[in-house]
Amino acid sequence: MSITGTDIKIEQKYISLFAEQEEILNKSVSGHIAAQRAEAIQQFEAKGIPTKKVENYKYTNMVPLFEEEYGYDFEHEVFKQDLSEVFNCNVHELEATTIYLINGWYYRKNEITTSLPEGVLIGSLAEHSKSHPEIFEKHYNQYAKNDEDSLVALNTAYAQDGFFIYIPKGVVIEKPIQIVNIMHSQKDLMAFPRNLVVIEENAQAKILFCEHTLADQKYLLSGVTEAFVDKNAVFDIYNIQNQHNLTTNVSSFFVKQKQHSSILTHNLTLHTGVTRNNIYVDMDDEHCESHVYGLFISDKNQHVDNFSFIDHAKPNCYSEELFKGVLDDAATATFAGKIMVRPDAQKTNAFQRNDNLLLTDTAKMNTKPMLEIYADDVKCSHGATVGQLDEKAMFYLRSRGISKEESRILLMYAFAYEAVEKIRVEAVREQIRELVENVFRGELNKCNSCVLCNQDGTEGNSCM
Amino acid sequence: MLEIKDLHAKIDDKEILRGINLTVKPGEVHAIMGPNGSGKSTLSSVLAGSEVFDVSEGSASFYGKDLLDMPAEDRAREGLFYSFQYPVEIPGVSMVNFMRTAVNEHRKYNELKPYTASEFLKLMREKKKLVEIDSNLTNRSVNEGFSGGEKKKNEIFQMAMLQPKVAILDETDSGLDIDALRIVANGVNKLKSENNATIVITHYQRLLDHIVPDFVHVLYKGRIVMSAGKELAHELEEKGYDWIKKQFED
Repeated sequence: MSITGTDIKIEQKYISLFAEQEEILNKSVSGHIAAQRAEAIQQFEAKGIPTKKVENYKYTNMVPLFEEEYGYDFEHEVFKQDLSEVFNCNVHELEATTIYLINGWYYRKNEITTSLPEGVLIGSLAEHSKSHPEIFEKHYNQYAKNDEDSLVALNTAYAQDGFFIYIPKGVVIEKPIQIVNIMHSQKDLMAFPRNLVVIEENAQAKILFCEHTLADQKYLLSGVTEAFVDKNAVFDIYNIQNQHNLTTNVSSFFVKQKQHSSILTHNLTLHTGVTRNNIYVDMDDEHCESHVYGLFISDKNQHVDNFSFIDHAKPNCYSEELFKGVLDDAATATFAGKIMVRPDAQKTNAFQRNDNLLLTDTAKMNTKPMLEIYADDVKCSHGATVGQLDEKAMFYLRSRGISKEESRILLMYAFAYEAVEKIRVEAVREQIRELVENVFRGELNKCNSCVLCNQDGTEGNSCM
Repeated sequence: MLEIKDLHAKIDDKEILRGINLTVKPGEVHAIMGPNGSGKSTLSSVLAGSEVFDVSEGSASFYGKDLLDMPAEDRAREGLFYSFQYPVEIPGVSMVNFMRTAVNEHRKYNELKPYTASEFLKLMREKKKLVEIDSNLTNRSVNEGFSGGEKKKNEIFQMAMLQPKVAILDETDSGLDIDALRIVANGVNKLKSENNATIVITHYQRLLDHIVPDFVHVLYKGRIVMSAGKELAHELEEKGYDWIKKQFED
């Protein structure tokens, strides 16, 4: 018998590293961001890395993923190379304002060419925390639930940079804002990107957030995005995850809504190793509308875990949730969605659905739709399905001369179609339609291409 | 062109086809009639390549090739068309995408270049006119929300697009009103030539007033028990199937 491992708890590693690095972490950010760390690291310590014993992580044990050894990039001043040397994205067809993040850091050579309306801020979280402290004092770390999820607390403890978007009153940004985060390093790496979005009254913005890996290192990415959507504002965020198999991506999104606002979140998990998406929607005012969608397509031994919490705190709100999954090989996935209807949230309309397509006997899906209703005048529904490809439809297609393989692709696409059509920005929808079809055809370059460019990989940056 | 010899098929050890013999030549129209449960639909789905049934004995050759050895898609590409009694709804697959894929897979199989988008749309327009299908139907998902009549018209439209050598129409008349029946039958008649053949499976004589058969076969308990000219259909319409049942009771 041999004794392996040590008595040091895995959490201790992150706590010690924090103590050692705190000064460096604080260098780039405002005092307000720095001031949030102490409590957060305590919250992290108290709860520890979630195991399967934590109800909300019942089907995904995070411990082994955090036990791996990763390097860090806490002193990332500038990206050493010119980004264009390794990554060149000419966003064709999709007209968008594009910015890049590298390992969660705002890329300093970003050029925002298109002229933005006055007052609009798009850029680095760290820099703006210093130049616009009033916005950060009001919104930063106000919506993230550090007390509920220790990984969110860990992010707050380590947060340094990410994107920051501020759309002032009445401003409508028509073109999508595309944010591309690229994981790129010579060593295995962990990163804690932190993003903040503030959409003021009557303002509108749509974000397309693409997450990629460049170079085949192991990555642990644990990001948090907070969004505040004020009265009558409209906000969409489409998160495209297209990373390689050695990536662990924990992505938490918290949105706070005010009266008559409308939000849409869409998590498109096309390729990663292990993905955990947290979506928290807080409808804190009357007449809010939220659309929470997801589509995950997994094969090999990938694992996707979608968790959502829709909080109907006030009356007369509407929420619609749809997650669709296609699992091949030995892929596993989880959906857990909770809709909370608070005691005085009368006239709530809340709908939730999770449909899954299993292509093999070895793929596995755990789904847990949950409704908790404390009001008595509401209209709510929830449901989940797990099924296989329809044999009758297969035969119908084949009887018209379409090969078995092509029929499969058509039917998989047909299944995913409903989720794709929920995208309410037409240009984005068209791009994603094509992208999803490519995934089903196995033609998607899964590693170093920007999904919206279909750029081929370059030498030295190989695919997993 | 199509030669079926002593064909036996079963599902879960229950024998449904018990020795079918049928020869179809170019230019011919065959009608297969028979009471419920006689094996009419089984025969057509076995020929189309359904994997639900096991062929236990016999053969079917199509232009000299072993039909039963081919997967469903190759049978279609060789020129066999099966019009479903219950066409399947496939939400999310557009008619245009479906048909373009099907037509181009046929062309690839026959070593022809795929149609360009404009060539394809032109072909589609022509065929839509030919079978009098509503233009809007082809903008929708395959059969999704189609009425019974629309689904059957859509089958004939697909037949027009794929130009098969042998078409098997499985109870294409079921669920059709008189006008839809006429449109569907007209479509079939327009597509008829001396190079192709049609097998019409039906319960009733009324479709055969429009699509006039050269031969009428009666299928009963998995065998063709009687074959004659079109006058047999009229006789069946008048007398029903009881006299046949009596005559061929096992």
